[in-house]
Amino acid sequence: MSGEHDEVRVPQRVSTPLTAPYWEAAEKGNLLVQVCIDCGRLQLYPGAVCRGCWSEHLRWRSVEGSGTVWTTTVAEVPGHPAWRDAVPYCIAIVELDEGPRLLTNIVGCDPYAVGVRQRVRLVRAGDHEPGPPLRFMPC
Amino acid sequence: MSGTAIVGIAELPPRRSTPGTTTLELLAKVAVAAVADAGLDHLQIDGLVCGPQVGETPQHVPATVAEYLGLRPRYAGMVDLGGATAAAMVWRAGAAIAAGMCTTVLCLLANSRDPAAPRRSPNRNPIREFDVPYGASGANQAYAMVAQRHMADFGTTTEQLMCVPVKERENAQLNPDAVFHGRTITLEDVRRSPMVMAPLHQLEMVMPCGGGAALVVTSAERARDLAHPLVAMLGAGEAVTHRALSQAPSLTTSPLAAAIDQAYRQAAIGPNDLDLLAAYDCYSILLPITVEDAGLCDKGEGGPWVAEHDFSIASRLPINPHGGQLACGQADLSGGMGHVVEAVRQLRGAAGARQVPNAELALVTGNGATFSEEVALVLAAGER
Ligand SMILES: [Zn+2]
Repeated sequence: MSGEHDEVRVPQRVSTPLTAPYWEAAEKGNLLVQVCIDCGRLQLYPGAVCRGCWSEHLRWRSVEGSGTVWTTTVAEVPGHPAWRDAVPYCIAIVELDEGPRLLTNIVGCDPYAVGVRQRVRLVRAGDHEPGPPLRFMPC
Repeated sequence: MSGTAIVGIAELPPRRSTPGTTTLELLAKVAVAAVADAGLDHLQIDGLVCGPQVGETPQHVPATVAEYLGLRPRYAGMVDLGGATAAAMVWRAGAAIAAGMCTTVLCLLANSRDPAAPRRSPNRNPIREFDVPYGASGANQAYAMVAQRHMADFGTTTEQLMCVPVKERENAQLNPDAVFHGRTITLEDVRRSPMVMAPLHQLEMVMPCGGGAALVVTSAERARDLAHPLVAMLGAGEAVTHRALSQAPSLTTSPLAAAIDQAYRQAAIGPNDLDLLAAYDCYSILLPITVEDAGLCDKGEGGPWVAEHDFSIASRLPINPHGGQLACGQADLSGGMGHVVEAVRQLRGAAGARQVPNAELALVTGNGATFSEEVALVLAAGER
C-alpha cells in the first residue's frame, strides 16, 4: 500500500549562478571554498562578498577535504519527514583544516561513535554511498 | 531626534529583470556601495535594519543578512511597512542610536526579480541551500549540536541538562495557566522520553502551543499616573552574530554574553544584584549557557550550577517562576514574551501564590535562531 509515507520527497536542491560551481564540483567529489583575492580569507558557504573585508573579488579554490568535527548530533527524529527512513544518522559541522566550516553528514560509521574533535575526510567518489555530495567519514 | 544624520547612500540601477540573483546578493552589492559612499569601514556598522524577503528568507531576516555580510550588529531589525518601510527605517535607526544601542545603522532594501521564475520562488537562503540537503531542517539539530560541544568541552552531563525541565515543571505547579500544570516529571521521565536529536530528549524541548502575549510600553513619566506599580526598563542589550550554526563565532559562548553585559552596564548593576532570572528556555541547554553568559558562574560551570541551583521562589535567585516555556508551552514568538510578562508581574508584586519575595531587579533574556539573535533586559520595580 502506498500512503503519504512514500510521497514525502527530499527537498529539491537549490543554487544560484553564483553558487553553481560549488555544487558542480561537489557532484564530482570535489570541495571548493571561496578565496578572497584582496585579504586571502577562505570562506564557506560561498557568497557575493568576502565576509571579512567586503571585497567582491573572490575566486574558487579546491581543498582536500580534511578536517575535524566541530560538533555533532544524531538525528533520531528528523526535522523533515523525507529523512524518516534514514534515522539514525549523523549531522555534524566539520571545520576544514583550512578554516571554513560546513554542515554535513558523517557516514561509514556508527553515528553515535562520532565525537567532537574527531578527524574526518571528504567521502570520495569511490567511497560512494547514496545521498547528497560533500559528506565526510572517519579517517 | 535632531541628532540623527544620513551619511551614506547607494542605489542599484533598476532593471526589468535580475535573473539568477538572490535578494541577498543584491543586498550585499548595495551595502558595499553605501558604506563606501559614507567613507566608513564595514566594521564600523553596528546596527542593521532590513525589509521582508518573501520567498527567499521567511524568518530570521536580519540575522541572515548580517551573517551574509559578516556583520555582528548590536541592533538588528526588520521593518514591514510597505512603501513606508524606508522612511520608517530612518527614524528607527535614529531612535536606536539615541537609546545607546548602537552608533551606525545600515538600512538595506533590495528586490531580485525574474519574470520567468515562479511568482513565489521556494526558499533559497543559505541554510536552505547548504544545510537542508543533509537532513538538517529545523532547530532541534542545531541546539543538540550546541549541547554536544558544551558536553565535550566542559564535561556537562545529560543528567545536568535533564534537570532543567524537571525544575521548571516543578515551578509550573504554581502556575495554573501552564500547559503542564498538574504534571510534574522526574529525571527518569526525561530519560525515557524519546531521543530526538542526541543528546536532547523530547522532554528537553519546548512543546509548540497556541497562545499570545502583549505589553504596553510608555514613558516613566506617564507610568506614574497609571494603575500598577511602575516597572522600569533600566538597561537593554542586543547582539546578532550568525544564522547558520556553522557560522557561529563560538558554540559555547553565545552573543547573550555581550547583550547581557551591555544591559548590566546601562542599568549599572551586576549579576549579584539580581532577584529574578527570566531566562529564555526553548531547550534544556539554554539554561547552562545563559547562566554562564550572565556571569552567575564561570564559563563551563553552567551544568553543575543548574543541577545544584534551586529554581523555586524560595531561592536566592528564582528562575522562571511561571515554569518557563519548557513547562508553560511555547506559543511561537509569544512564548518569549511570557518571560517579560512574568518579570513584570513579579516586579509589580502581583504574582500571587508564586510571588518572589522582595523582587526588585530582574534579568530577562530572549534568544532567536540558535544562540544567534540575543537580547537582554534589566527591569526594576519602581524608578531608580
Ligand atoms: Zn576579504
